[in-house]
Amino acid sequence: MKNSFLMRNPSTLIFLTALAAFTIVVTLLSEAFGLGLISTSFVKTLGKTLCLGLVAVAMDLVWGYAGILSLGHFAFFGLGGYMIGMWLMYERTRDIVISSMADAPIPPTTDEITDAIGHQIFGVVGSSEFPLIWAFADSLTLQLVLVVVVPGALAFVFGWLAFRSRVAGVYLSILTQAMTLALSFYLFQNDSGLRGNNGLSGLQNLPGLEAVPQEVVSIWFLWASALALGLGYLLAAWIVSGKFGSVIRGIRDDEARVRFLGYSVEGYKLALFTLTACIAGIAGALYYPQAGIINPAEIAPIASIYLAVWVAIGGRGRLYGAVVGAGFVSLVSSWFTGGQAPDIPLGFYTIKWVDWWLIVLGLSFVLVTLFAPKGIAGLFDLVSDRKWPNRHGADLGPDAGALREREASE
Amino acid sequence: MKRLFLAGLAVLMTCTVALSQGAPMQDILQAHSALITKSSRTTISPAIAAISNSGLTQAQDILQAWQSKDIWQRRSDGLFFRAEETDSGSYQLFDPDTGKIIGEAAKSDLRQLKPNSGVRALIGTALVQFQLKDNDPARRLAALTSIERNPSSDSLLPLRASIDMEPDADLKAKKRRAERLLTIAYDTDEAARVAAIAEMSGDLGVDVRATLNPLLQTRTQVFAGVAPDGLNIARVLVPGKDIASQEAYRLLIASNLAPARIDQAEILATLSDHISDGKVGGIAVEDLNQPEARDRAYAALVSQGLARATPTGAEIEAQLAAHQIVEVYSEPSPVVTSAASEALEAILVNVGVNQTLDLILDGLSLASIYFLAAIGLAITFGVMGVINMAHGEFIMMGAYTGYVVQQIIPNHTVSILVAIPLAFAVTFAAGVAMERLVIRWLYNRPLETLLATFGISIALQQLAKNIFGTQARPLTSPAWLDGAWVLNDVVSISYIRIAIFILALIFLGVFLFIMRRTRLGLETRAVTQNPRMAASMGINPNRVNMLTFGLGSGIAGVAGVAIGLFAKVTSELGSDYIVQSFMTVVVGGVGNIWGTLAGAAMIGFLQKGIEWFNPSNTLAAQTFMIIFIIIFIQFRPRGIIALKGRAAGD
Repeated sequence: MKNSFLMRNPSTLIFLTALAAFTIVVTLLSEAFGLGLISTSFVKTLGKTLCLGLVAVAMDLVWGYAGILSLGHFAFFGLGGYMIGMWLMYERTRDIVISSMADAPIPPTTDEITDAIGHQIFGVVGSSEFPLIWAFADSLTLQLVLVVVVPGALAFVFGWLAFRSRVAGVYLSILTQAMTLALSFYLFQNDSGLRGNNGLSGLQNLPGLEAVPQEVVSIWFLWASALALGLGYLLAAWIVSGKFGSVIRGIRDDEARVRFLGYSVEGYKLALFTLTACIAGIAGALYYPQAGIINPAEIAPIASIYLAVWVAIGGRGRLYGAVVGAGFVSLVSSWFTGGQAPDIPLGFYTIKWVDWWLIVLGLSFVLVTLFAPKGIAGLFDLVSDRKWPNRHGADLGPDAGALREREASE
Repeated sequence: MKRLFLAGLAVLMTCTVALSQGAPMQDILQAHSALITKSSRTTISPAIAAISNSGLTQAQDILQAWQSKDIWQRRSDGLFFRAEETDSGSYQLFDPDTGKIIGEAAKSDLRQLKPNSGVRALIGTALVQFQLKDNDPARRLAALTSIERNPSSDSLLPLRASIDMEPDADLKAKKRRAERLLTIAYDTDEAARVAAIAEMSGDLGVDVRATLNPLLQTRTQVFAGVAPDGLNIARVLVPGKDIASQEAYRLLIASNLAPARIDQAEILATLSDHISDGKVGGIAVEDLNQPEARDRAYAALVSQGLARATPTGAEIEAQLAAHQIVEVYSEPSPVVTSAASEALEAILVNVGVNQTLDLILDGLSLASIYFLAAIGLAITFGVMGVINMAHGEFIMMGAYTGYVVQQIIPNHTVSILVAIPLAFAVTFAAGVAMERLVIRWLYNRPLETLLATFGISIALQQLAKNIFGTQARPLTSPAWLDGAWVLNDVVSISYIRIAIFILALIFLGVFLFIMRRTRLGLETRAVTQNPRMAASMGINPNRVNMLTFGLGSGIAGVAGVAIGLFAKVTSELGSDYIVQSFMTVVVGGVGNIWGTLAGAAMIGFLQKGIEWFNPSNTLAAQTFMIIFIIIFIQFRPRGIIALKGRAAGD
């Protein structure tokens, strides 16, 4: 028992316990199953935050542990959302179409139903044909498979191209950002087959479950998100605690040395990059049914950079740090930008947080980078008595190998 | 009353005198009096023709007066005069021949000629021939322009007649061109038209194409059997080859040459009309969600005589075989149409060549914009290796500086001249401040630099939004930069783009000069290659880094002014360019200004080239461009111009 996985990683156990407690408390306070102290929309916000925590774990794996600053993980997140959104939208539109055609004297043929669904869905972009990418939209199983496969495949192809030509460090970041930009540009087109900048909407309505009220659905999604986050966290903790984790940390600290030790650096990076893309896809598939709408603006490069911001503020290189960062920053952001924060009158000028929050966020991000590279999670060190080895200053990133900052500037 | 009568009498007297002296214009008017007073568009032509062909010098004045409703007829004797209202309310009468005042008359004695708009247009056409020979070149040009705008067969002869006596060479050439085009469109002589077409062949003007295209207009016609002779047939459409059989049959139906097919909606309606006991034609209604079941049910209805039969495939084939579908030119003369299609083909080839040229100019201009946006990065990222995600916001700051300066200095030329150094100063200061406060603590940690500068970027963007609002602010270019350099109807480039191209060249020169010829450039290169060695040679690396970063940022600010001139100034101006700028530097090859130039050229031409395939979709062009770049980096990871040896830094 002493050598079991959870005992060796007490933080995982603590995190999972806290997550379970959080879920139970929210359930007990919700409108559907409890006291009704938490509104349905706030339950949805909390559920979405858990999904953001999951994608932050993925980001932390790839950035904090492997040193790849990917500015594309939110694109994978969005792709996951699009995949589930296609099924949700198709099925719901089908239900509507069938019920509206039920009154016709002659029952409609399958082709007529499909045409009518196409009209409904693609009418906004002036088309009625189903594009090829909607071929599996009528099957929940296949779309669920695509939630994992599409982001994974994109990450695999992109990562294979990038890693094999030894693009690393900031170049890789810029390249991933370009990929994200290209993807969002592509989705913004009306003929991309995903309704252009209208995106997919009405995702909060689950087909076949119209009778279930939204407050119950929101709790279901909270549970599902918590479960996904818990499993994802467990998987990530298991990965980083084993041999694989040691190798990817080795790659982060000195890629060339790991390569000379005989490890296939590209293989490890590619595997991790693809796996985290799949996790991001799952997180997105849980997020967007709670958000209700997805459009290409969600995929814009800025979203992926915010993801990096969350992880950095939370504390990268620790899984719980990523979750804490994502939860803290996104909840505080929505509090400030939602107009709930009180304005500060200065006499000559009133600070409206809706306008000034981004400035505070941007500057606090600079401050965290400069003065608190461990992020919020660094606070836990104060209580955990954990000793850190005295290395010569901060880590310099993958380009500089094992060289530490103080060594470099001396 | 008495005075009035006397006045009227006096007028009558002079008038009779005028008549007796021989008044040709009045005679003409009198001869067509009935037509003129009851003027209508359909009947008036002989009267107008008589006046305009009279060869009298006064004809133009009369027509003009008539057009502007200044001709009045005296009730007492039916004579026509030009009349002007006096201050006292009565009318002064002018003789149509001599133009002299011949008296006054009360309004009640006169009847105004009120030509309707159709008649006035006819008069206007008749007037053109006079205006074409007018002494004032401006009026001649106006007449020519009106002919070009509303070409008609009537204008052809007067225009042709006026060419020889045209003194102005420039105007003469224009008249000649208009005459050629009118000849093509309206001349009755086939040979003359063909000659004119041959002459205009290869001309790039839009007007030539606009003249030739109607000649080649066709309409699709269906004939039973074979099309009759005497038609100018463009081509025969073979069903199944040139035209889909479905479409061909639809044409037959439209011409009432074949029985109509029955469409799905009608079948559905018929079926639902004949539902009895939950069955249609012996087939249960719930089974009708299969197309075959529907067909069987409908066939059953047809056999019971309850529905109309739809023609079968074989019948349709037979109908199609029995008819001929042809495209017929609306222009009857085959010689003219073949000459026109040849000429049009020659023109299209010529247009294609010129469009390529235009595309090259467009690409060049886009490349210079990317180069401008990226050159600051070429210094901060390329030379110093600092990732500055706030670079785009420096561009934006420069553009807003230009906007603010324009609010203070209204003269656009002066304000731009002030804005450029001021934008440099502002962004230089911002860059230095940023380097001092943030970047120098992170020199060895590029990923952290990226994130910290990104934080600054979102803060600056939001700050700009708070100060200037979200709506776009105009940065107006000086008047002498308005307009475009027009080479012909296809190739043109706006002056502002030329200015940006020149500015990009200047920047390139400035960059090369600073890096290669100045102390700062030398020190910068020394510090980036080996800071410790440079420091031991007495160079202060901190100071050099600060100045270099400030220089790169300052150049971004100047680029911002230039970009703001053609793009709207918004807080997102910079972020629109940041990814492309980094791409430009990375694709070109980090650390080499020629690489940046090559990168900008490649990205600019590539994007314009892809846009050319699908001009309506610039988003697709950008998508494909980025994908291309990602693939390109596979093959040249160090960019187009890769540094080799020690300069490469590893």
